[in-house]
Amino acid sequence: MLLQETVHPLAETAARFVWWLPTLPLIGFVINGLLSLQAATKLGPADPSADADHAHAGHGAHAHDAHDAHAHDAHAHDAHDAHPPRHRYAAITSIIGPGVLIASFVLALAMFFAMRGVEADAPFVSRLFSWMPVGDFKLDAALQLDALSMVMVLVITGIGSLIHVFSVGYMQDDPGYPRYFAYLNLFVFFMLLLVLGANYVVTFVGWEGVGLCSYLLIGFWFSEQANADAGKKAFVVNRIGDFGFMVAMFLLFAHLGTLDYTAIAANAGTLEPGGAVVTAICLFLFIGCTGKSAQIPLFTWLPDAMAGPTPVSALIHAATMVTAGVFLIARSSVLFSLAPVASLTVALVGGLTAIFAASIGLKQWDIKKVLAYSTVSQLGYMFIGVGVGAYTAGVFHLVTHAFFKALLFLGSGSVIFAMHRAYHATHNHGDDAQDMRNMGGLKAMMPVTWTLLWIATLAIAGVPPFSGFFSKDEILSAAYSRAHESTLADASLLGMSGSTVLYLVWILGLASALITAIYMTRMMLYTFHGPNRTDEKSRPHLAEAPWVMTGPLVVLGVLSLFGGWLNLPEVITHMVPLGPAETLEHWLEPVVGEATARVSGGAAHVAVSTEQMLIAGAIVIAIAGIAIAKARLKPEALLTKDASEPSRGFERILERKWYVDEIYDALVVRPIHALSRSVLWKGVDVGLIDTLGANGSAAVTRFAGWIGSQLQTGRVGTYAWLLVIGAVVVLRAFTAGN
Amino acid sequence: MHGLLASISYNNWILTVLLALPVLGALALWAQGAAMRHADETARTSAARKLALVVFTAEAVVSLGLWWSVDYSSPLWSGYVAVPWIPAWGIFYRVGVDGIATMLILLTTLLMPLTVLGSWTSIRERAHLFYAMLLVLTTGMLGVFMALDLALFYVFWELMLVPMYLIIGMWGGQRRLYASLKFFLFTMLGSLVMLVAILYIGLTAADPLGRPVFAYDVIVSGATYPGMASLWLFGAFFLAFAVKVPMWPFHTWLPDAHVEAPTAGSVVLASIMLKMGTFGFVRFALPLFPDAATNPAVRSAIVILAVVGIVYGALVSMVQPDFKKLVAYSSVSHLGFVMLGIFAFTTQSLQGALMVNINHGISTGALFLLIGMIYERRHTRQLADFGGIAKVMPLFAVMLTIVALSSIGVPGTNGFVGEFLVLVGAFRTEPIASVIAATVVIFAAVYLLWALQRIIYNPLSKPENQALKDLNARELGLLVPFIAGILWLGLYPKPVLERTQAAANRVIERVHGMGADGSVAGQGR
Repeated sequence: MLLQETVHPLAETAARFVWWLPTLPLIGFVINGLLSLQAATKLGPADPSADADHAHAGHGAHAHDAHDAHAHDAHAHDAHDAHPPRHRYAAITSIIGPGVLIASFVLALAMFFAMRGVEADAPFVSRLFSWMPVGDFKLDAALQLDALSMVMVLVITGIGSLIHVFSVGYMQDDPGYPRYFAYLNLFVFFMLLLVLGANYVVTFVGWEGVGLCSYLLIGFWFSEQANADAGKKAFVVNRIGDFGFMVAMFLLFAHLGTLDYTAIAANAGTLEPGGAVVTAICLFLFIGCTGKSAQIPLFTWLPDAMAGPTPVSALIHAATMVTAGVFLIARSSVLFSLAPVASLTVALVGGLTAIFAASIGLKQWDIKKVLAYSTVSQLGYMFIGVGVGAYTAGVFHLVTHAFFKALLFLGSGSVIFAMHRAYHATHNHGDDAQDMRNMGGLKAMMPVTWTLLWIATLAIAGVPPFSGFFSKDEILSAAYSRAHESTLADASLLGMSGSTVLYLVWILGLASALITAIYMTRMMLYTFHGPNRTDEKSRPHLAEAPWVMTGPLVVLGVLSLFGGWLNLPEVITHMVPLGPAETLEHWLEPVVGEATARVSGGAAHVAVSTEQMLIAGAIVIAIAGIAIAKARLKPEALLTKDASEPSRGFERILERKWYVDEIYDALVVRPIHALSRSVLWKGVDVGLIDTLGANGSAAVTRFAGWIGSQLQTGRVGTYAWLLVIGAVVVLRAFTAGN
Repeated sequence: MHGLLASISYNNWILTVLLALPVLGALALWAQGAAMRHADETARTSAARKLALVVFTAEAVVSLGLWWSVDYSSPLWSGYVAVPWIPAWGIFYRVGVDGIATMLILLTTLLMPLTVLGSWTSIRERAHLFYAMLLVLTTGMLGVFMALDLALFYVFWELMLVPMYLIIGMWGGQRRLYASLKFFLFTMLGSLVMLVAILYIGLTAADPLGRPVFAYDVIVSGATYPGMASLWLFGAFFLAFAVKVPMWPFHTWLPDAHVEAPTAGSVVLASIMLKMGTFGFVRFALPLFPDAATNPAVRSAIVILAVVGIVYGALVSMVQPDFKKLVAYSSVSHLGFVMLGIFAFTTQSLQGALMVNINHGISTGALFLLIGMIYERRHTRQLADFGGIAKVMPLFAVMLTIVALSSIGVPGTNGFVGEFLVLVGAFRTEPIASVIAATVVIFAAVYLLWALQRIIYNPLSKPENQALKDLNARELGLLVPFIAGILWLGLYPKPVLERTQAAANRVIERVHGMGADGSVAGQGR
């Protein structure tokens, strides 16, 4: 291949250290992990069963460390009711945990500037070692640096650094402090593998690895069953998606004979466009995406994942891991551009998820749950983008969303942190520190957080010039223009023409934008405006978090505000000279340009006047949503959680999330368990095979009794020794014959 | 290393030494036991386990040279020895190894000292006999991997049976008699049929003087059987091996045997003895009767049974209240992967199957040891009796988590490499079976994470668990090699894959050379 023959222009630059990017967080994981174990460990006695009977006294204290403080809290909560002394190794961990991330980010920046300096159309592949070579299956552990992975690496290490720093404050009193950073570092390691992998399998390692870390971090406070349940649910639901990912890899290898990205891009032409094979590959890949990126039907784990510490929600369940599905489709854009039916499916599922999750977000009271459903909904937007073949738009929204959603989560973390501190100071263990009905009026106590969260809210609602406006608008106008003319419009899905599907997706997107503006404004009104609903004693303790937490928020606020400049649309730069247009589009051109052109058929944009109309419409919708929420919602009249009546009718359906969990439980989980227990185990195994086969005759039972009596007398022991001696005689016979 | 081993003619004596050493060790234990007849039980136990550990460690150390000394690419056997044993019946002591056998031998020899450490404080009665049985068992197992004479193979095959029967029956749990008898009857019935087949083969291949021939190479290269005979012979071998694997529906002895066996018994049973079945298919059933094995009906039936076992084992695992039983059923599932990999007849799937063999030995062995460790502390294996013990036993929790992840097949661990190769290879010839089997990635996560949660997570509410002591140095130390194996084979399996590649290719060539659907061979790119 070309790559091996000529030296890649990046080979002499910082890019050759690409393997250091994941290695640095891995080092952090090892150190923090060892610190955590070292502090927790007391080796047991040489004979573990010796003192099992008289062990009660004296060891009880060990079991009552601060984790248990969570157990008597009604809900899965973030901060701490007890203030034990800081962890023995807190100081080292506070340096190493964020330190490795920042180092990784600096390295990534160096690579970014190196990439800007050279012309490189082919990705830079760094081959580490041969991983699974079997016959014609050649699989290397190899990393790939190109425009797309560069963007992802910058987001992961950049936002990741901010969230690590925030965690230093947020988790400061947690008894599991080094364990937390170990998991967080490990997560970043896997996330970087995911985006840097040079073949599907290395990506899959990262893909499952981030799922594992997500599992560990959701269940970080594992002594509460709800948290452990949520972690397990996340892992299992993700694995349903991973099954799809695996089948896609089998298909790819069976039909293209390789799993390397560069080789697949080169050979994809041999697949029949729109054919069954490429469609199946893409649909199975998308099953993987629905798991990891929480799309219908596999979204149910993400809201439960809020049981983890809030910075985890920000990093894993908003900014990075959950966007992996979007990344995967962008990475596989060559394949998806050949599979219009699969692409339409992606767009339609994205659109439906966007509106479905947004509708649930309207009626949630837990501030993190609002943000969780908001994330599901925004991921739906990204899938509309990559589904309609606007891969850059999808990635663009991924980036801006990482900015404002990380800000929203960390901001909500600050709020929860403040609420917990106040409750703790007043020994209030009964009230829910995450329920917005218990908040209100926090604007006065937390002005910085308030300002920043409004920036993020305006960004996600799509108000110009905040970042979300540009990315969301690009997705919606792409959906509209592809409905007008593209290879997708010519295809059909479920009996509908592709064009109809895409118009439907566009309308779903518009409607979701309206709902988004409403629920986000609702969240802001109930949390920060109106009267404060905490009790008199707690109220004086409410205050802004320390600067180690607020600092990262400010940076994210700036990014949320100006993130749109990454990819300003031409139609706007022509009217207002804000800066260079379509920067990200040009940057990603070598990776997704060909695929984008194939889908759009060259007709990249609709008429300028139409585009202006679309933009104007988007702005009107965003502002209308905010206005509706302001007019309809009365934070002054809100009652605290304990005083509130249960909701009724449709509101209740929304509050209970359309009963999806209950439906899955009744239709899938219970039947499988019943089948396994009653039919297979008790029926086939114990009932059929054993009754007919092994224990059928009474003679067998009698024989068993006889053998038993022989064993009891010890005579069999004698036989056993005879056996040994016999074996020796046999062996001697060999030598005798020699 | 090669030079050093050659200078001591390592290959000439190593296999025989590996077979003899455990038996001599067993005799030494007998002598020690007799000499200490009047000592108290504690002193006897202490002496017996130390002696056993020394013997097993010596065995492990001398076996290590195989890693370098075996000529993996050669079509000839390494360490080949042929000595007449009962010449009148054509029975020879004929042993030799290839890459596939070597990996399993090393797995065995390296695992055995760890099982002694795992039994260190849990075997307190008749320790001399116990460890002697483990040693005899080891000779039997190693012999099966080495034998190149069908009659000799059968001797070793049966030699494994009795010690394991006694280990379960004498040191087992409440229902040990039922379990050991069930184990004995299932395996015995299978192997008696195989004995008949072996005798038939030997007599058919008789030399001009009318003496039977049991030599593996002669039979593989020369034998042809009339009409349906090869199908019947294959069937006989199939029965013996399928029980051992165990394939569904011959598996019901396994959960009982595992649950009742003492820790070391479960470990040896799962990690090595189950591999006898799959090894038997690769070494004997396929090369001896390639046309029967590739018969479309036979092959489809086996693939279907394998897939049923994969899914069935996982589903039944999911509802087990007893941790050991859960792991036992998960073995049915894992070994189904091995069978699928073998009978998909692609080089990737077969190599994957060999990896799953080894991986299952590592991860399931470690799981049983871990279960043994909490059983010693709490005298229960019911998941419902635990909960939250990560707080009092953090090291245990870390170890259990890593091993469980390996068993689930999370990438980066050994479990992934084997399963992935099986599936990616099997998909080329058996796409539907492969996709159905792949659903197990979901169920495996369900049953193991559920077990994990109920043991180490959740509230630490039971008072008896609050005082549990974490792993001691011995327990931690014996688990470390397993963790190392899990990571090594997960991240860099190449050294093992390289060593089994040529042997696996020979099996595939043999099958495709004789088989009806040689099309598969042409798929190589």
